[in-house]
Amino acid sequence: MKLGYYPGCSLEGTSKEYNDSLLAVAEKCGIELVEIKDWNCCGASAAHSLNHELAVALPARSLALAEEQGFTEIVVPCAACFSRLAMAQFNINKDDDVKALVEGYLEKKLSGSLTILSAIDFLQKYIYPVANTYITNKLDQKFACYYGCLLTRPREISTIERHEDPLILEEAIVKIGGKPVEWSFKTECCGAGFSISKTDFVAKLSGKILENAVNHGAESIVVACPMCHSNLDMRRPDIKKQINKDIQIPVLFITQALGLAMGIPADKLGMNKHFVPTDSVTKCVVNKEA
Amino acid sequence: MQTTNHHADTKTLKGKVLHTTGVNITECYQCGKCTAGCPLNQEMDYQPNQVLRMLQADIPGYEDKILGSMSIWMCLACNQCYSRCPQSIALANVMDFLRQESIRQGKMNPKARNILSFHQSFLDSVEKNGRLHEMGLVIGYKLKSMNLMQDATLAPTMMAKGKLHLFPHKIKKIQDIKKIFTKTKNK
Repeated sequence: MKLGYYPGCSLEGTSKEYNDSLLAVAEKCGIELVEIKDWNCCGASAAHSLNHELAVALPARSLALAEEQGFTEIVVPCAACFSRLAMAQFNINKDDDVKALVEGYLEKKLSGSLTILSAIDFLQKYIYPVANTYITNKLDQKFACYYGCLLTRPREISTIERHEDPLILEEAIVKIGGKPVEWSFKTECCGAGFSISKTDFVAKLSGKILENAVNHGAESIVVACPMCHSNLDMRRPDIKKQINKDIQIPVLFITQALGLAMGIPADKLGMNKHFVPTDSVTKCVVNKEA
Repeated sequence: MQTTNHHADTKTLKGKVLHTTGVNITECYQCGKCTAGCPLNQEMDYQPNQVLRMLQADIPGYEDKILGSMSIWMCLACNQCYSRCPQSIALANVMDFLRQESIRQGKMNPKARNILSFHQSFLDSVEKNGRLHEMGLVIGYKLKSMNLMQDATLAPTMMAKGKLHLFPHKIKKIQDIKKIFTKTKNK
């Protein structure tokens, strides 16, 4: 099984462990993710904040390349990239004027027929059905599953039915022998794109999320978005300043947790790439039968 | 880019919103759910529902207040407001438009300068390389905002963990990206 793959800029840098662990889990499950050749940045929040045509044209170029290269289905693990790519295709399909304009800018034709899968769409469609075959270990821990904004909203592109209380990542946690906790900040915003320009706001919002997870008994947090991850993991010193609390809870990508349960070595999953140490998680991995 | 409404009156800000975004803000009946769910409402000078009310009212003077407000820059586009709105008003799309309009009319709130600098540095990096070069973005932003020492302690650890690259990765057909930027300029 081969699918198109749009890693996005974060997965080449700040969130390298997301890329490594996703590819490792896919490989384990017999799925080859083939990178779209010469893909470009989706424009993220910068483009849609400043220029609405740029915000459609930039992701549309990568969509056109994917179509040219013969893909019908692409996996976009970064929640922000997913949002921009899916929104661009939605806008192109909704309005013929927009389509004509963008095709003119790109000097390429668009069919608008790609199936664009977010990380959680991909897990549900391709990993969950076969996961039990490959899961050899269990992670006996309490996990808070954090979705943030871009996987659950807006309604035009999100496939999630329970958008205020999704349970898709929880399904993975149950599969790997962990316990999902019930908590209140699953779909709150971490501050996302303000990480550098308004760090204090991000620290405040991310601090509330960490605090709520801990107060509900979570021992780790799992995420499926590079921005959520870097805000919750890398911004701890700023968070400490904002909420006057030193919170030590590790934050993993869901693919890292799945990878550990599938017996993939911790270093191949980038477990050492976090700012907050993840030893408490790697230490709790035991054989499923034990 | 949203479906535009070509019949809207484009003299007023209210009309421009409808024309450009296709969002009909007259549907709002002020239930306040957008404001209740907004993660940054405390940082806003006008609450999200107030921005909508001011647009609806169409009173001279309100336009400048909205375009000069911090509220439009505080929107994270998290879409919580839209997902809870009983009238399906895509407020984040309206906020995107209002930001762009405030720059066009030169009415931007000076306190939003850092946010704009960040977005511009981000797009500069993408225009140059086709992909975001995180190191280039941070350096560009520091120079634009003059926050030279910000996050200086993060960089060495990121570098050690292989998360920060000194040199950008340039895509092959960078001319495609240049063309997109040129053609969409001032749109």
